[in-house]
Amino acid sequence: MIENYIPVFVVLGFAILFALATVFSSEIFGPKRPTKEKLSTYESGVKPIGSANERVSIKYYLVAMLFIIFDLEVIFVYPWAVTFTKLFSEFGMVIFTSMMVFLVVFEIGYLYAYKKGAFKWD
Amino acid sequence: MTLETVLFWIFGGLAVVAAIATITRKNPVISALFLILNFGGLAGLYLLLNAQFIAVVQIIVYAGAIMVLFLFVIMLLRPDDEKSFFAENKQIKWTGIAIGTFLFAQLAYVIFVGVPKQSIVRDAQRSVEIGTIESIGRALFTQFLVPFEAIAFVLLAATIGALVLAKKKFD
Repeated sequence: MIENYIPVFVVLGFAILFALATVFSSEIFGPKRPTKEKLSTYESGVKPIGSANERVSIKYYLVAMLFIIFDLEVIFVYPWAVTFTKLFSEFGMVIFTSMMVFLVVFEIGYLYAYKKGAFKWD
Repeated sequence: MTLETVLFWIFGGLAVVAAIATITRKNPVISALFLILNFGGLAGLYLLLNAQFIAVVQIIVYAGAIMVLFLFVIMLLRPDDEKSFFAENKQIKWTGIAIGTFLFAQLAYVIFVGVPKQSIVRDAQRSVEIGTIESIGRALFTQFLVPFEAIAFVLLAATIGALVLAKKKFD
């Protein structure tokens, strides 16, 4: 069984090799002449103020949370889409309606988020 | 050694090293990045156990979506506040060790005592057909249809809960 995944592992191996090779070849071959000015924190030419570890807004948390929830919705659609033709010929409309009920319940959450202004960025 | 054994040692070693790195780093953001590496190793182990769908979901949901949330939550906190919190509450370390030991004992019990050996062997022989997305879809939309619909309501509650907590101050 695992033999079927050898192409995936080959791609994975090449991805890791490529990432390591690019990072370390620039480390090895790149010229390094550091000065005090070069090593100072670069902030678009402006003098840096404050700490880099400032707290970010709660809006990011909302975006991430909504992303997880709709990501999970998609995870349940995958097996449905793969098995749909087979199960539809066996069980009929109930397979279709069950997913539609599932999606409609999700859309209630989506509408609530929309009405609450979760997608507004201000 | 067979291919399975070699891959087991690669992914298992990766998962263990990444897990150790996760709990020993001082910077929480680097810890979170090592946790992503750990999830990658676990996904490889799931694949070796013939659980293809779980392996893909592990990458998409855990290494993708949930780690994005973890990183945002880390950035919502101020690391300096955390340092002073741990300096003031020294006994919290012992609570952590106690919870860790309890969870380890629970896992060890389930693996070595709780589950009868025959059922593990029986499920392992059928694992190739059980793990495919087709068999999961078939089970989900026939035998477990009601729990599947219940998931929609659980996730709806999560949506509303997150919005109520985070949007309270903006209204």
